[in-house]
Amino acid sequence: MRLKKLSRSGALLPVGLVSLLATSVAQADYNLNMTRGVTPISQELYGLHMLVFWICVAIGVVVFGAMAWSIIHHRKSRGAQAANFHESTTVEILWTIVPLVILIAIAIPATATLLDLEDAKTDADLTLEVTGIQWKWKYNYVGEDVSFISSLAQSSRDAVKDPTGDEHYLREVDRPVVLPINKKIRFLFHSQDVIHAWWVPDLAIKQDAIPGYINDSWALMEEPGTYRGQCAELCGKDHGFMPIVVEAVTQPEYEKWLSDQKAAAAAAAASAEQEWSMKDLLAKGETVYQANCAACHQASGAGIPGAFPALTGSPVATGPKAEHINTVLNGRAGTAMAAFKAQLDDVDLAAVITYERNALGNSVGDTVQPSDIKNAR
Amino acid sequence: MYTETTHDDAHGAHEAHDDHGPAKGIMRWVTTTNHKDIGTLYLWLAFIMLLYGGSMAMVIRLELFQPGLQFVEPQFFNQMTTMHGLVMVFGAIMPAFVGLANWLVPMMIGAPDMALPRLNNWSFWILPFAFTILASTMFMEGGAPAFGWTFYAPLSTTFAPNSTDFFIFAVHLMGISSVMGSINIIATILNMRAPGMTLMKMPLFVWTWLITAYLLIAVMPVLAGAVTMMLTDRHFGTSFFDAAGGGDPVMFQHVFWFFGHPEVYIMILPAFGIISAIVPTFARKPLFGYSSMVYATASIAILSFMVWAHHMFTTGMPVAGELYFMYATVLISVPTGVKVFNWVATMWKGSMTFETPMLFALGFIIMFTIGGFSGLMLGVAPVDTQYQDTYFVVAHFHYVLVTGALYSIIAAFYYWAPKWTGHMYDEKLGKIHFWWSTIAVNVLFFPQHFLGLSGMPRRIPDYALQFAEFNKISSIGGFAFGLAQIFFLYIVIKTIRGGKKATDRVWEGATGLEFEQLPSPPPYHSFTQAPPIK
Repeated sequence: MRLKKLSRSGALLPVGLVSLLATSVAQADYNLNMTRGVTPISQELYGLHMLVFWICVAIGVVVFGAMAWSIIHHRKSRGAQAANFHESTTVEILWTIVPLVILIAIAIPATATLLDLEDAKTDADLTLEVTGIQWKWKYNYVGEDVSFISSLAQSSRDAVKDPTGDEHYLREVDRPVVLPINKKIRFLFHSQDVIHAWWVPDLAIKQDAIPGYINDSWALMEEPGTYRGQCAELCGKDHGFMPIVVEAVTQPEYEKWLSDQKAAAAAAAASAEQEWSMKDLLAKGETVYQANCAACHQASGAGIPGAFPALTGSPVATGPKAEHINTVLNGRAGTAMAAFKAQLDDVDLAAVITYERNALGNSVGDTVQPSDIKNAR
Repeated sequence: MYTETTHDDAHGAHEAHDDHGPAKGIMRWVTTTNHKDIGTLYLWLAFIMLLYGGSMAMVIRLELFQPGLQFVEPQFFNQMTTMHGLVMVFGAIMPAFVGLANWLVPMMIGAPDMALPRLNNWSFWILPFAFTILASTMFMEGGAPAFGWTFYAPLSTTFAPNSTDFFIFAVHLMGISSVMGSINIIATILNMRAPGMTLMKMPLFVWTWLITAYLLIAVMPVLAGAVTMMLTDRHFGTSFFDAAGGGDPVMFQHVFWFFGHPEVYIMILPAFGIISAIVPTFARKPLFGYSSMVYATASIAILSFMVWAHHMFTTGMPVAGELYFMYATVLISVPTGVKVFNWVATMWKGSMTFETPMLFALGFIIMFTIGGFSGLMLGVAPVDTQYQDTYFVVAHFHYVLVTGALYSIIAAFYYWAPKWTGHMYDEKLGKIHFWWSTIAVNVLFFPQHFLGLSGMPRRIPDYALQFAEFNKISSIGGFAFGLAQIFFLYIVIKTIRGGKKATDRVWEGATGLEFEQLPSPPPYHSFTQAPPIK
């Protein structure tokens, strides 16, 4: 029988782990802890999180303390003789009841917080509809006729090989959501393809966007600022590349922003009435393609064999215009090919289809005009 | 119950004649119906799968070593996280526990072998084929499944690569193997106990496995149902999980987690049994609260069926549902707490020594409890909405599965290998293995709590710059921990090939039939006559 002395550090292990837990709090400024956030709910969640955390630390100190005491004092090398007790109903009942009481102490504030968290329906000042799409977010300001798609910023796409120096790498979008402070905002979530989750820690919102469902949540931001988050539910290849940026502004700034958006939308609608040249279509088409199509069909149009078909030389992209337009507008049922009808406007669709037919190694030679799209819708 | 004493006497001469030991060569392993051989096969499969799954973890940690995409493409990264999870859960942890059950249950209850030896052979030999099929998906056009080990629809149905069908078939095979293995374990425990080995005298490892086997039989068919629905959704025009056809993607999650949550306990209950064997041996004091341990195990098993939707607090469940699942979930910490308290009470006023199995058992108790604490935090529904799908969850389940389940398996090896092989392992190397693994695993997983709390989602191949420091630390811990298990492989092989002769009792404080009534190594058929039970 071998009996070796336990090294001194062995006894210190539990102590070390507890102190590691404790330092995690001491250094909370270093982004070690949960975000406090800027809404009443996020503050409440933070408080609850810290309450449960400290309860765990306290239990840990007692349990690991008893273990450490035992390990140090009740060891054979110190001449400890083993006692023979192995049962005590009183003790068993005690350490069933005490944890139960602790759990009830946690459950009471947790229940109250959960009820607040779920109260999205009452007294919302405005409603934002959020749609998850592989791999971008679509925002619709309900009742305001303002709607746009927000995807990963080009700066982040360019920095993917070496992101040092890109301060908001993977946390920057082309078009942020702008929302007013001190208003109760109701969010509605759904998805066009797979399940996504819209997560902004500062708003304490993480809610799944599920096809066939409309989920809701709410936030009341108390401070202006830029709040960043990203998709939290694995949604395919570019799950890590669909960030969220919320800009919280004052009510007048918000109203000005809204009217700017409406003016821009009107200008875009006017341009859809015009005849576009091949050159303009190709230039615009490239941008639209990179933002919406390249994730699957690849920037070169080569696709990913077995997963996403190539566009270069594909029968659809080099075949009749009508079929090509139909595929892009309505998607392909039962495949990952999404319907872009609701995502892109007539100009974007015309441009991207023209681009696919006359770039990426294809040269059909015809143009698709916004009016073609309008007729095909 | 096994009451064939007179029978045994009548057959005594015949049995002695039979006991030639194993056949020679490869066919010994292919055709074996011996519980020890099959146990060995299971354990080696588990070790190979541990290294295979671990190598994928190394790819993950390598890519996450620094921000930016350096080594792999996002799609391949997703294949890595998916396959890593599947291989570790179904290939490493579960077969390792079945291997331990094969080796130990007959010896612990005084039986000659498992009740259904041919079924035993079959339930093992399905597995190498299942994992070959699963691994082959890596080489298929479109790549391996890349939808996470939880394979949520519709990402795993409409949007999945063609190899998903092979994944479905592999899961079916694993399920068949698990159910057959469980039937065998239940039949053995209920029918093959030596006279006098009443249920409440059984070692806790036997108890925990009995309960685990029932869990497996209850939930593996549910998993089979889920993947079958996926298959018909993919190919036969059904819409179980397709909202466009009137189906429900959230139902997939309910079905999956109705399997998945008991599965979590399938991977930890046998570990409780192992720790309950090791701690009393090295504290030289009987296990505190044996019967409360049995009842706690049963309570955990029953509760495990009632808490599944705590994995789904962000899916938009009704408030009443969230409240119920929160209460039921935190309730599980009561019987789990009882277990930890009982282990501490077993150590209390004992006469402790700290050989390698005890070190791993102590490591288990401390780090499993840390995983339990984060589990309690995760159970609190409103805050869970912020922990959900972050690295906080990754840290939590790796604390309970790596420093929990895996540590118990390693502890079991050090504890019983001298009995199995007749050789003591090298104590110095064992201690190095413990300290190396324990430091590395905490460097690996502890910072992931911080990453999750400060906002890093799980299953992403690349991350924002504020997560760079802790990811780097975590990766360094990961490489060190991976290397430590190669070192473990060396220790295992060294122990099998030779070493100081182990005594029959092996450990001064060891109790149980396998230590008290059998030599080290035990004969090929453990008990040809029922041993006397005190």
